[in-house]
Parts: sequence; structure tokens; C-alpha cells
Amino acid sequence: MIELTIDKKKVRVEKGTTILKAARQAGIEIPTLCHYELCDMGIENKPGGCRICVVEVEGRRNLAPSCITEAQDGMVIHTHSIRVLNARTTVLKLIISDHPFDCLVCPKSGHCELQDLAVQFGIRSQPYVGEQSKYRNDTSPSIIRDVDKCIMCRRCEMMCNEVQTVGALSAVNRGFMSVVAPAFEMNLEDSPCTYCGQCVSVCPTGALTEKDHTNEIIRALSDPSKTVIVQTAPAVRAALGEEFGMPAGTLVTGKMVSALRELGFDYVFDTDFSADLTIMEEGTELLQRVSGFLKGDTNVRLPILTSCCPGWVNFFEHNYPDLLDVPSTAKSPQQMFGAIAKTYFAEKIGVKRKDMIVVSVMPCLGKKYECQRDEFKVDGNPDVDYSISTRELAAFIKQANIDFLNLPDGDFDDPLGESTGAAVIFGNTGGVIEAACRTAYELYTGKKLEKVDFHELRGMEGIRSATVDFNGVELNIGIAHGLGNARKLLDEVKEGKSKFHAIEVMACPGGCIGGGGQPFNHGDSEILEKRAAALYMADHEMPIRKSHENPSIIKLYEEFLGEPGSELAHKLLHTEYFPKSNEVTIHLQG
Amino acid sequence: MSKKITISPEAFEYMEKVTGTDGVEVRVNLPKKIIEQINEICDSFDNDPGELINVLHEAQNQFGYLSAEVQDVVAHNLHIPVAQVYGVVTFYSYFSMIPKGEYPISICMGTACYVRGAERVLEEFTKELGIKVGETTPDGRFSINCLRCVGACGLAPVVLVGEKVYGRVSPDGVKQIIDEYKKADGGSC
Repeated sequence: MIELTIDKKKVRVEKGTTILKAARQAGIEIPTLCHYELCDMGIENKPGGCRICVVEVEGRRNLAPSCITEAQDGMVIHTHSIRVLNARTTVLKLIISDHPFDCLVCPKSGHCELQDLAVQFGIRSQPYVGEQSKYRNDTSPSIIRDVDKCIMCRRCEMMCNEVQTVGALSAVNRGFMSVVAPAFEMNLEDSPCTYCGQCVSVCPTGALTEKDHTNEIIRALSDPSKTVIVQTAPAVRAALGEEFGMPAGTLVTGKMVSALRELGFDYVFDTDFSADLTIMEEGTELLQRVSGFLKGDTNVRLPILTSCCPGWVNFFEHNYPDLLDVPSTAKSPQQMFGAIAKTYFAEKIGVKRKDMIVVSVMPCLGKKYECQRDEFKVDGNPDVDYSISTRELAAFIKQANIDFLNLPDGDFDDPLGESTGAAVIFGNTGGVIEAACRTAYELYTGKKLEKVDFHELRGMEGIRSATVDFNGVELNIGIAHGLGNARKLLDEVKEGKSKFHAIEVMACPGGCIGGGGQPFNHGDSEILEKRAAALYMADHEMPIRKSHENPSIIKLYEEFLGEPGSELAHKLLHTEYFPKSNEVTIHLQG
Repeated sequence: MSKKITISPEAFEYMEKVTGTDGVEVRVNLPKKIIEQINEICDSFDNDPGELINVLHEAQNQFGYLSAEVQDVVAHNLHIPVAQVYGVVTFYSYFSMIPKGEYPISICMGTACYVRGAERVLEEFTKELGIKVGETTPDGRFSINCLRCVGACGLAPVVLVGEKVYGRVSPDGVKQIIDEYKKADGGSC
């Protein structure tokens, strides 16, 4: 331990602690901009580039960037002397001097950390006038890059390379010409980007934002010839409230349903319904593969990988084109919902496919790309027309002048709104595989599962493993969240060293609750934990907690699909994967 | 890891869309021999990602410039994202993605040459050839680069064409130098 003085306060910290962390431990807040940390997940960005966090250290000639300067024994530090405040203001004005002045119409307005600092520092003039960087706008199906608004904090680069190991983004060029861009400054769409959206979730400014589809939805809602139905993903209900000032972890399922109804959706349904459906299909596939394996069938590919997460699907299509037969062929819940809505449900209510618009509300940006994939279209008409994020829905509700906080609780419509506790935990890392275990156990053993909660599958560690006892048969389950962690498990599979029978992967740290479309967490990992706890609570309170017991699912199979894995189920609920060579020009042999 | 590498022609498709910051089209063909050459370079540095700059140095020494494909193969061998390789290539002004001309013109911008009017000489070259610093004429014959002090300050301002040194160059003499090489080819531009 060392002792130092910060703003006349004695502080004792571990050796190796930065001044910034030492100050925070003492309850002294130092403003930062490029610094970002999700400490529980080992995620930290501190290039020391922005110099907003400078402090005065007695006996040192220049000011010290507190995020990268180690605290030393006996240091005397001033975090808000006049010299420090002046320096910070100058630094901020210099950053702003190369930033567009279109705050009023910027998609990040109100959530921008640069704007917040300008407010906090009381910036009222811009003395540094000169040339500003100009770069082309890059719009992909999920993410928009407006590089002129980039302040080179390099958080996105850290997320993309270190956490996700996707390697789509890197800082390129030098000095005034510096930008964060894909290789050869190609468009994001042509790069190995998986659209996980983690770059967007950490970008402090409007440089990286989601592709907004609210206007298309407003157009559909105002067209009387269209029946517009909406589905909401599990993780949305655990985070939407934050956008309205509610504490993290507040479940707002009922208010969300009411808000969607007020917005004018004809039917408010639940992706949880199709999450249950996913379990029926994926669980059946898991059982088929595992039973085959146990019977000694050597053609069976194990482990089976979950396939709910579009970022993850893109990732293995890019990076493991030789392992495309390993993931489950089951579509994601979003796409299963669309496929059932535009067939089974459209027929039930007598609406033609072309007159039905399916909207999804997702914690995710990858879903925007997923719903545009060609294999999810019938004669060019997509199963899911538009996908908006939790943040976009919140903005939409505000735009419509709906008093969200005082809305009464509404209920989902039938039949695609009925769901179980197994479905709602899809939003948490480990949730999909837990839901699958609940159903697979009962289908495999024919016995009732006494202990519904699989605590061994829960938690926030990046890679987890557990053994689940299926009446004497031990299944090894692997769980990874964050694509960098997934890569480790996949490399084992590739080398034939994997001990797992089934692996769940979610691209985003924490699972969907930490998705790229969720309200910004600003590096507060407690927020993720509270959202996760909220979903487990929702599961706990559900009368039915196993997917195969969902009455609407049972009815769907009876009336329409037959049984899990049937020909029709395969046509509507399963998909295939396509290699996307990342290392564009190269194929290794031998 | 970097043993036999083959290039699939259809994989080049996206490359054709690629342009650098200057809007320069990047070449798309890479013969097998070149790939083997890159592999050798990477092997000589144990395919260590920490040696990226040295690998790029050597590759540029051998090829004269670093095409997108060369960067791709390097990234692959060193197991790093190609975006990162491109980031390094574009950060250091020494590295170039544009092939040098048949007659590379280097203008010294060292202190002595600078104060004796190197900037005006450079301006004259860019005007005469219609290209900027770091670029190559469309016919591939001339390219312009700047360098720092060649150790001939007594001759300032100094211009190099290939390895030939021209001293006390004035803006008026620029056309004459260029014509010398145009004539050497026996053609006119």
C-alpha cells in the first residue's frame, strides 16, 4: 500500500493504482473522455490521448494525465487547481475545434459525452477556428460511421480488437488525417465487422451510431392498409426504463406493452414466444446430436453451438468458414417470430403477407442486418421488416409524447405473446443454454425437473463451464460472452480439443442485456448485473418456466408445425450459414 | 503457419472497390512468387506480430511499395487484423502504398536545401508532372518524394533522380531535368 494526498485528502491505495482510480476510491471525481472501463469484465481503454483528465502533481513540471499515471507514495495532487481547469478547458476547446457544430440534429444529442463535458465546463465560445476534418459517411445495414465526429478516443478500436477480436477497426493515417477505419478504408459492410454494435455502445460522440429505422415504422403505422405487429426481445424490458430515468434493473414489461399499443401497433407480441419455440427446435437438435453421439454415431458434430445471436453468427461465418456445420441450424428467435407471424398468424387473421409489417424491438444492432439477410425473405419480402433498438424505441416513445412513467401495465396479445420463464432469461449470458437444459432434461429423461434453476450456468465470467447431470448422463456445457471469449472456445473446437457437448455464445459482454442497442452503460458494470438480476426475477415469477409447457407453443405444433424438427418446422424455423472469407485473399493449405 | 498460400481470384472482388485516402486505386494482382517472397520475410521474423514494422520495412525494400494484398498476406502470417497493418502503413510516412515511378524523384527538404529554395523547386516538379508528393504519374515513369538531408548541403538545393544527384537546382532548371529522362525513353509525354 502507498499513501498520497489528493485535494488535501489522504488516500491509501495499492501500488500500481493510477491517480484516476485512487481519486475515485477517495470519492473525488476527475472528468474523463477517452477513458472507458468495464472493470468486472477486464475491459479498459486508456490510451491517455484526450488529456481531459490531467491533474497537477506537486514537484512535477507538466500536468499528469491521471488515467495513465501511476500514483506514487507521498504524491501531492490537485485535481481542480486553476492551472488544471484552464488546461482542461483549452484541451476541450481544441477537441471541439475539429468537431461539427450540428448538435441540434445529431443522433447522439443528449447522450453525447463531448456535449456533456462542454456543458460541464461551461464552454460558451470557440476561439480556435480553422480547417475541420471531412470524411465520407459510411452507412452499413446496422451501423453508421460519421467519422467527422470522431475524437480519436479509440474506445471502439479497443472493443473491436481486444474484447471482440473482430479486428474490423483500427486507427489509420496520421495527425489531422487520423481516422478510425477498416483496412484500406473500405466500408464497414465490406469489412469483417459482425455488427455486434459494441463500438457504438462505447462511442462517446455521434461518430458511431445505429441505423435508425423509426421513420420507416412511422410510415407503416400510418398506412391503413398495413397490419403492423411488433415483437420485443427479453432484454429490452430490463433496460428500457433507464431511458426514462428509472433505476437500472427495473422491469417495465407492462409499460412497454402499453406504450407500443399507444404508438399504434395492431398487435403487441413477444419475442419470448419465439424464444420458447427456439428451445423446442434447438433443444430437439441438441438431443438428437447428443443421443447420436452416445450411441456411438461418429458423424455427429459436437459440440452444438447456439445460433440466436446475429453478431456471433456473422463472427463464425467470417472466422470459421470450415465449421459452419457445428452451430445449431435453428434460426434466431427474431427470425422464428417473423416466419411464424407471416405464415401461421397471417393466415389466422386473414391478412396477406404483403400487407403485414413485422417490427422487432431488440437490444441489438446486429438484428438490423439479420432481418435483411436474403435467406430470411420470401420473394423479396422479409420475415421481419424493421428492427429497432431499445434506444430507438425510447426515443420513439418520447417523440410520441407518451408519459411512459405513468402508463398502466398492459398485457401481450395472444397467441404470439405467451411465454415462459425459460424465454425471458435468453437476455442473459447462459440463459439460452439454461432454458435448453430445462426442456432437454425433461424430454430426454421423461422425468420432471425438480430444480428449475441452473445456478451453475449463471454469472458474469467471460468463459464458464458446468456439468449438467441428465439422469446419469453428464453433459458438459460451455458458455462464452464477448466474441474474444467465443474465439477461445471455437479455437478449441477447431483443434478437436473441446470437451463440451454444447456451447452457448453471445457476442456482447453480459449477453443481450449488454447489447449494442441498449441504453448506454458508460462503463458501469453494476448496470449489467442489475439488468441480469431483473430477468432472473422475471423468470422466477413466471407461472410456467419451461418452454415445452408454453400452451401457445403446444398449440402451434398441434395446429401447424406438427412436431419439432418436422419438414415444415425445418422450412420455417431453420437456416443455413454461409462462409464470409475475412482474410479476403488467402486460403491456407496444409 | 504460413506454409502454402494460394490466392483465390474471386476473392479479389471487394478489393476493386478499395481506394486509399488519396482516392488511389490499389492493385489487385499478386503472383504466387510474390506471396512466397512475403512468406519468407515473415518467416525470417518468426511471424512475430511485434516485428510488424520490420516485416513491412523489408517488404517495402523488396517490392518498392506495400500493396493491399501484400498487407493482407502479412496480416495473415502475423495473425493480426489487416486493419491494424493498414493503420501502421498509413501512420509512418516512410511506408507507401503507391508504386514508385521508373524515375523516382526525391527532393531534399533538409534545412540547408529548404532555406535555399527547395520548396519552390518541389512546387515546380509537382506542377510540371501534374502529381503531388507521394504520387506517381499515370504512365508510371515519374514519382515525387521528399527526403531529409542527403549530406550534400554544399550543393543545396539537392534533387535526386534515382541515384543521380543534381545540385544547386533552381525552379527554372526543373523542366530540363525532367526532359532528360523523357528523352532517355526516346518518347514524349
